[in-house]
Amino acid sequence: MIDLKDIYKIYSDGDSEIRALDGISLNIKEGEFVAIVGQSGSGKSTCMNIIGCLDVPTSGTYHLNGTDVSTMKDDELATIRNQTLGFIFQQYNLIPKLTLLENVELPLVYRGYPPQKRKELAYAALERVGLADRYKKFPSQLSGGQQQRVSIARALAGNPKVILADEPTGALDTKTGRDVLEFLKKLNADGTTVVMITHDNEIAAQAKRIVRISDGKIISDERQAQNL
Amino acid sequence: MNLKQSFILALKSLQTSKMRSFLTMLGIIIGVAAVIILVSVIDGFKSDLVGQFESLGSNLLTVNISPRGGNRTVDVDDMLQITDENPELLAYCSPTVMINQQAKFSTETSSTTSVTGVSEDYNKIQSLEISQGRFLQYMDIHKRSKSCVIGSYIAKEYFDDNAIGKTLKIGGNTFTVVGVLEEKASSQESSDDDKIFIPYTLSRTLNRSAKITSYLYSIVDKQRSEEAKDVISNALYKVFSNSDAYTVIAMTEMIDMIDEMTGKLTLILVGIAAISLLVGGIGIMNIMLVSVTERTREIGIRKSLGAKKFDILSQFVVEAATTSACGGVVGIILGIIVSIFLSGLLGFKAVISVGAVVIAFSVSVGIGIAFGYMPAGKAAKLNPIDALRHD
Repeated sequence: MIDLKDIYKIYSDGDSEIRALDGISLNIKEGEFVAIVGQSGSGKSTCMNIIGCLDVPTSGTYHLNGTDVSTMKDDELATIRNQTLGFIFQQYNLIPKLTLLENVELPLVYRGYPPQKRKELAYAALERVGLADRYKKFPSQLSGGQQQRVSIARALAGNPKVILADEPTGALDTKTGRDVLEFLKKLNADGTTVVMITHDNEIAAQAKRIVRISDGKIISDERQAQNL
Repeated sequence: MNLKQSFILALKSLQTSKMRSFLTMLGIIIGVAAVIILVSVIDGFKSDLVGQFESLGSNLLTVNISPRGGNRTVDVDDMLQITDENPELLAYCSPTVMINQQAKFSTETSSTTSVTGVSEDYNKIQSLEISQGRFLQYMDIHKRSKSCVIGSYIAKEYFDDNAIGKTLKIGGNTFTVVGVLEEKASSQESSDDDKIFIPYTLSRTLNRSAKITSYLYSIVDKQRSEEAKDVISNALYKVFSNSDAYTVIAMTEMIDMIDEMTGKLTLILVGIAAISLLVGGIGIMNIMLVSVTERTREIGIRKSLGAKKFDILSQFVVEAATTSACGGVVGIILGIIVSIFLSGLLGFKAVISVGAVVIAFSVSVGIGIAFGYMPAGKAAKLNPIDALRHD
């Protein structure tokens, strides 16, 4: 599903260069639940951006779902993000002036679905996270945990192959964080590949596989037997 | 993402910040209103002016023969014959001789009354209606009878509205009133109603000059006034062999001249008003730039969810165009209201030109697109990672 080979991401800043990713190779199969763990500045966010097709590597190849995306143009990457990936961000990243339904609809809008189909799919996604009755509300009217559930619904609406979660519990209290995590596990159990970025080992322990990154390199990659 | 969705989104975004949207639109509102007001007031002024000329008779041709024409001269009969020879172009002809004598009514002398020597066809040329009696007739002209037709002002002022058969004096000659004209200019002094018409054949005696130098023709078809003009010019050229010896002016030319004049005036004033549209456009660009910066995060979110460059570009361009189009609509309404108000104030009817409204609206949409393009392009080029990190 996700196949990274010798990925380098190098930012040159005048004379000095920063190796955000320093030769990473990673293969994630369909149906896995992988946590990428690292301290801030370790390169895990850059790794996430590349996996999420928000950025392209300086060198190396990246095959997503069998397609080489490492040399794609912006608009081609946009299409891949739209059709293959679903994002869950730490800050939820809902658009404040749109209702919950409209927020969840957004990926489908850019996919070019007709309004009726969009609304049905978006409503169904809100039902899955248990917020269908509030579809007319605005994000500011919800609690943080509820907002994160809306952003999960948005990620699910387009029925993506891979869900990318960037510190999904970072802004939530322990209990709601655990709820969100349980939800991700449930999604994974239903067959969706989940890649989660976190700095929190306790959170990472919920995943089936933990990849640790430090200084742009993978320092460990282990499967957790108890979660398989 | 199609344009309809962008449009709905734009309306929503206008709704959420009404005050700012209004201020953004203000430049466009003022510019469009100014264009509408200027065009309609000038159009109103023009049709007022043209109306005044047309009331004189837009189907008229005036011929003036230079008094210094030398030995050669034309007879009245020659001039009348041009009409007879060209019935498809010319309807009637009458000499018009200003009589340099004042009219006396028993005891009073009027210095404002104009006395004109004309033929029996003059009333048809000028569409003069008779309210009492009759107009001058062929026999009056032919026999040089001292008959006259007077305007309604004179009939009211000097004859108590009972003028037929009464007499008045012009240059020592006694004239009998045979007809009174219908009121044309509310019977004011010096107006079209303060006039006396006498047979032109008497003008030689009264003016002590044998030459008749000016003629009035009515043409059959306004569209063919150039042809009619040429026929008369050619006839006169045959006599004088010199085109400076006479002038032939069609009233339609005068109206064309007014058209041209007011057209230029409109262009200049609308040009000035258009500057405020330009300023309005810059205002929109300014606000759109601010809006793009404010909504960087939103742009990032949209891009991460699969929005292409064109999606973002069209969203912001449509938003700018919608803002500006709304301003245009408000400006048009304001412009029409002010025009109607002004027309009451200025005393002539302002003409709301559909063309001006359509152009003003399209220009305001065009300005939105043109000035929204740069900020929208900036938004479309944003890198999704940077945009997402923005707060």
